[in-house]
Amino acid sequence: MSDSQDINESRRNLIVASATAGGAAAVGVALPFAASMLPSERAKAMGAPVEADISALQPGELQIMEWRGKPVWILRRTKEMLEGIKKSDPNVADPGSEVPLQPDYAKNAFRSIKEEFVVLEGVCSHLGCSPQFKGSDAKAEMGAEWNGGFYCPCHGSKFDLAGRVYKGVPAPVNLSVPPYTYLSETKILIGDDKKGA
Amino acid sequence: MAATHKEPVVVTCIGPLNGPASSLLTWVEQRFPMMENWRNHLAEYYAPKNFNFWYYFGSLAMFVLVLQIVTGIFLTMHYKPDASQAFASVEYIMREVPFGWLVRYMHSTGASAFFIVVYLHMLRGLLYGSYRQPRELIWIFGMLIYLCLMAEAFFGYLLPWGQMSYWGAQVIVNLFTSIPFIGPDLSLWIRGDYVVSDATLNRFFAFHVIAIPLVLLGLVTAHLLALHEVGSNNPDGIEINDHKDAKGRPLDGIPFHPYYIVKDAYGVVVFLIVFATILFFMPEMGGYFLEYNNFIPADPLKTPTHIAPVWYFTPYYSILRAVPPMFNSQFPGVAVFGIASVIMILLPWLDRSPVKSIRYKGPIFKSALTVFIVAFLVLGYLGTVPTSEWGQFGEWLGGVDRATVVARICSVAYFAFFILMPWYSAIDKTKVVPQRVTG
Repeated sequence: MSDSQDINESRRNLIVASATAGGAAAVGVALPFAASMLPSERAKAMGAPVEADISALQPGELQIMEWRGKPVWILRRTKEMLEGIKKSDPNVADPGSEVPLQPDYAKNAFRSIKEEFVVLEGVCSHLGCSPQFKGSDAKAEMGAEWNGGFYCPCHGSKFDLAGRVYKGVPAPVNLSVPPYTYLSETKILIGDDKKGA
Repeated sequence: MAATHKEPVVVTCIGPLNGPASSLLTWVEQRFPMMENWRNHLAEYYAPKNFNFWYYFGSLAMFVLVLQIVTGIFLTMHYKPDASQAFASVEYIMREVPFGWLVRYMHSTGASAFFIVVYLHMLRGLLYGSYRQPRELIWIFGMLIYLCLMAEAFFGYLLPWGQMSYWGAQVIVNLFTSIPFIGPDLSLWIRGDYVVSDATLNRFFAFHVIAIPLVLLGLVTAHLLALHEVGSNNPDGIEINDHKDAKGRPLDGIPFHPYYIVKDAYGVVVFLIVFATILFFMPEMGGYFLEYNNFIPADPLKTPTHIAPVWYFTPYYSILRAVPPMFNSQFPGVAVFGIASVIMILLPWLDRSPVKSIRYKGPIFKSALTVFIVAFLVLGYLGTVPTSEWGQFGEWLGGVDRATVVARICSVAYFAFFILMPWYSAIDKTKVVPQRVTG
């Protein structure tokens, strides 16, 4: 110990250096704690992509899958249904799917890879309820403009058969299209669009 | 500090002590500043003599905090933080644990009581300018306590794993998703899963029973230490320390113990009468303290038709709903919602009035405060009902929901109170402040 009142610069520098190193170490130690809150391996496995077999799906039929706790719809659309979607263009809020709620390969007129099959997350973009399928025969209930689509019973939001939201309903944007890919003509992988996953 | 020798302990206030009791106290005092703290914070902490009704709520908040901690400890003895067992374990507490219903209802009613008491405590601060210089840090610590309390209530509400627990958490966690760039990953990190699930419940339990309470206790300590450093404000908004007697005691102050201990004990008794009445006769408070939907187990595939938060969040929830989506994003609403809940922290620097207390403030400030309180209450009410509650305006106004328009007006009033304050508080006509408190 020195009795001098002068600041010992080299000791002071050492103190600053150790404090900095200690602070960096503290941040480093905080990382594993923060990372421990990320989804666990089990949660990731449960959230893994699911395979859908669409070989038995008839035209006009809806198949419901579960992916990450959410309902995912696969709808096999008929020619009339596809024409209905075109006719709905003036009634929907975002006909060109400008809001990025779909992978790039589904940003097209029918929001799908193949026109016939549409894959949608069945979760209302308003507050997360699950909308119901209503065919074009529900005109009495849904109005003369209705060409078939999905109706959310919670707050009355309407979507067409490409999951595009109607104007003037509570939901602000279209339904999401999850990432998906065709493993074969009759098999769709939902949740991943990189083949061989 | 750093006293090497201590004066002999003079015990006043708790009566004369002689013999072994006195020497024991001296022995302790030489090793631990027990009596010193007793004097600094109670027996010789001088508080203004003119405290009124509004000054009950600080000590009541502390009382409810203790109540929540104690009832919470006993609830954790029976509760199971597991998605498959949580709902049933709460029903088990309610039906089969001896007096479990009482402890649970004390805890759930206590949560609402906490917010009632804290909101009144904050209103007291608004009325008498308790946030003004030199009490800015007391106010900031207080606001942090309030934010912690909201987090604590939010985490706690998931634990019964009812429909409203589940979907409320879903909606609130999804708010984070709308934050640009980091949003989706952030909400994934908060949930620990792709949906609200067992992982979410377990970590919310950890936050609710240990993490947030520890922070809360630390902040309460800081709040009180800051208060005792500068002294309490009072309904006149003047400093009692400006007028002291020969011994340095404020002329308008009285020792906290015994005078305010007795007053606050009286407050606790009155509070307990009201609390017990609610507890025994209407613990759910018509769906406001415990929502009916929460007596249905959580079902991830079935959304309740009307999702509403518990009443103490509804003013902010109304503001969130009132902001329309912009640029196809909910984020502006979420940002406004966040700002609304923290903007009060700026009050010490927004109020430019030469006086602190509402008693000496002018008509502009009084009107502004009234509008603010009305807007806050209306927003609070609207947050509990669907936006369609009051029907729609005709086609001439685009057929929008009436309640939404009212909520937008009230949201503007809410923010205007703060944003315009530097201007209106400065030009307001104030009255002359007395030198000494007016009783």
